[in-house]
Amino acid sequence: MSARTLPLVFVNLGGEMLYILDQRLRAPIASEDTSDKGVWSERDRRRVLNDVTATLFGPSFVDELLKPQQLYSHRTLKTVLTRLAHASIMRLNPASMDRLYELTTMAVKHQVLLCPRPKDLLLVSYNHIDAVRDFVRDSPAVLNQVDQAHRRIIEVPAGSGIYSRADFRSAPSWSLLPQVYSSMSEGELQLLRQTLLVFFQDMHVRVSLFLKSKIQNPGNGRFALPTSGPVPHGTEVPGLIRTFDRRGREVRRSEFPPGGSYSRPAGGGSFGLHGARGTLLGTNTYAANRPEETLASRASAQTGDAPNPLAKEELNLLARLMGSMGAQDGAGAEGAFRISMFSPDDEEQEAGTSKEAEAFEVISIQATQDEHVASELAQIAGQFSGAEEQAENPCGNKGDDLLAMMDDL
Amino acid sequence: MYHKEKSIQIKNSASALYNNLSVLRIAPRRLTYFTVVHANVVNMVSASWDGLNYSHRQLQSKEPNVATSTSLIMQAAFCVLPSRELLVITSQKGIQMYESDGSIMVYWHALDTPETPSAQAVFARGISAVWENYICVGVSSGSILVFDVPSKGSNITLSEVLEEHKESITDIASECSGSQQCIADLVSADDGGNLCVWKSGEEFQLLNKIPGFDMSCSSVKLWKGTVVAGYGTGQIRLYEAVTGILHAEVNAHARWIYSLDIAPFSGLLLSAAEDSLVRVWHLTVSQETNSVEVAHLHNECVTDTQICGARFCDGDGYAFAVTGYDLSEIIRYTQT
Repeated sequence: MSARTLPLVFVNLGGEMLYILDQRLRAPIASEDTSDKGVWSERDRRRVLNDVTATLFGPSFVDELLKPQQLYSHRTLKTVLTRLAHASIMRLNPASMDRLYELTTMAVKHQVLLCPRPKDLLLVSYNHIDAVRDFVRDSPAVLNQVDQAHRRIIEVPAGSGIYSRADFRSAPSWSLLPQVYSSMSEGELQLLRQTLLVFFQDMHVRVSLFLKSKIQNPGNGRFALPTSGPVPHGTEVPGLIRTFDRRGREVRRSEFPPGGSYSRPAGGGSFGLHGARGTLLGTNTYAANRPEETLASRASAQTGDAPNPLAKEELNLLARLMGSMGAQDGAGAEGAFRISMFSPDDEEQEAGTSKEAEAFEVISIQATQDEHVASELAQIAGQFSGAEEQAENPCGNKGDDLLAMMDDL
Repeated sequence: MYHKEKSIQIKNSASALYNNLSVLRIAPRRLTYFTVVHANVVNMVSASWDGLNYSHRQLQSKEPNVATSTSLIMQAAFCVLPSRELLVITSQKGIQMYESDGSIMVYWHALDTPETPSAQAVFARGISAVWENYICVGVSSGSILVFDVPSKGSNITLSEVLEEHKESITDIASECSGSQQCIADLVSADDGGNLCVWKSGEEFQLLNKIPGFDMSCSSVKLWKGTVVAGYGTGQIRLYEAVTGILHAEVNAHARWIYSLDIAPFSGLLLSAAEDSLVRVWHLTVSQETNSVEVAHLHNECVTDTQICGARFCDGDGYAFAVTGYDLSEIIRYTQT
């Protein structure tokens, strides 16, 4: 379907990931004292956010994303996001990475589903970029990278169009093609959205934060779709039938019950580099809340029973994306902190207190059973981060204290 | 006016695609077939009228080779011709035609896909049988492929390519297939909301072009010389096909319309959208006075669901069926 999904996928999933990392790495007491071994300092947290952001918005990574290509499997995406999450001094164990992936994909699924118009998908993406800019505001180099990437994303060419001479003259050197995401037609953006919805299909992981704010139904895991509120821009409030004569004059008006209570559209949002985006979708919903656990009611469903062999094109993409993120800093691994972000103990505690949770079992998500594919993925991942293997061994000292600390969050 | 019946469970959930439900009523065998697209698979259910027997079948988009990833399906639709009925499936790679029970594939047409992926998406979408022996299929480039279908066998050939639309085809519809004669018997719609009205034949004739307003027309129907078009703005517009005169405009839905259907014997119109609502309307087309009336009859809300397919199960509109994104069932309603 759409060949333009990857930039938006990574901006949104990456953005959600940064929101969660930011929240989870905040020490219970804000402390700048780095001699205290059991606590993530403000400086460490900022370092993780800066490193991950710099990798996500790195020019060669963005180069790869901007190439027209199909959206591949969850497995590939998760491998790349794992690599992104490990771009800094922090290491997540596999269970935590699984949970992180679930949380981020469910959040983005919600945003894509609830977009009033397909074009609003861009506003959601820009909300993520705006928030990330704020995370790295103290690091001018990284901030500049985010700005550059944002400009390129706004200017992603919609089609393979013909370029005019004027376009070549005025365009910056790194972007020669004239059309922009913002000038993609609503139909093309809807196709992009439909492609994303196929990707997120059948995912119904219950997220405590969503359940509490009534965004998600505990019973079936479906997102709540209100039949009230403002209609999108360009849409009229339902309820009117107008009939015309052959000369185009209105001859009759009648009304019908719309079955919901709708109102006129709210103010619009900015599609430029800056400005109010006009929607809350894509903003940081974790900032105001205390850390919540994911209550996994069932593992994310994949279509088909046997894992498909990774297509050659998919492996190529994976290799290119991993390569473009640069080799992992080997030295970082020694000081790397292993954390378990979503401890199973917490879930059982949560299960005790919440009625809804009793219906769920905590199911451990199994690693892929296709050894051939798993080893292929591991090999590609390994090529670019030799330090990964070291991280699997317990780091001792700070690592263990951190585990204990995370459990208390 | 309608009440909900027992739903039919399907093997996979429905994907968010326009017109994602097709229904074929087989009166002699007291069966109805339903097809729903899920990613790269078409789920087919055969339901007996007494509600006792259901059988399922799954059809894949044509097997790719290992080098390329699986092809996503855009649409599956039954095509009813006087001599035979076929199931047509369109995807990113091409067009497959099966016998209506999905048992045998009788024809495969590959789309021209570029060597290196281009920014322009490539796919086929928009399916309709027309007149006695044609099946028309739309393409993302805006072309419409016209296939000549013999009364038996697999000697299906590409008869003509209609190049009128400049944007991706979204839907195609016809009326008067078989015996009746009509001035216009085919309408095609695209992502820009543009509508083309045609007369079928050895060479298809373009009768009229109705310009859009930069908003995708996701679903279109043709009935008694009237084009009924559903748009991404949630509006339904009724045009006189050959002249393009706007008869009526309905602010029907609060979100993108995904499916329209008409029950030809009664003039009932079904509309379904991402706003979770299915609405039933009544159309009166008076060909003497050239006037059209639209009356609203009924609403059904499918809670927390973005609807992607809605079809009448019979020519009178006595029953209709609905599919929704992420929903693994076909919901049915019958007149009370």
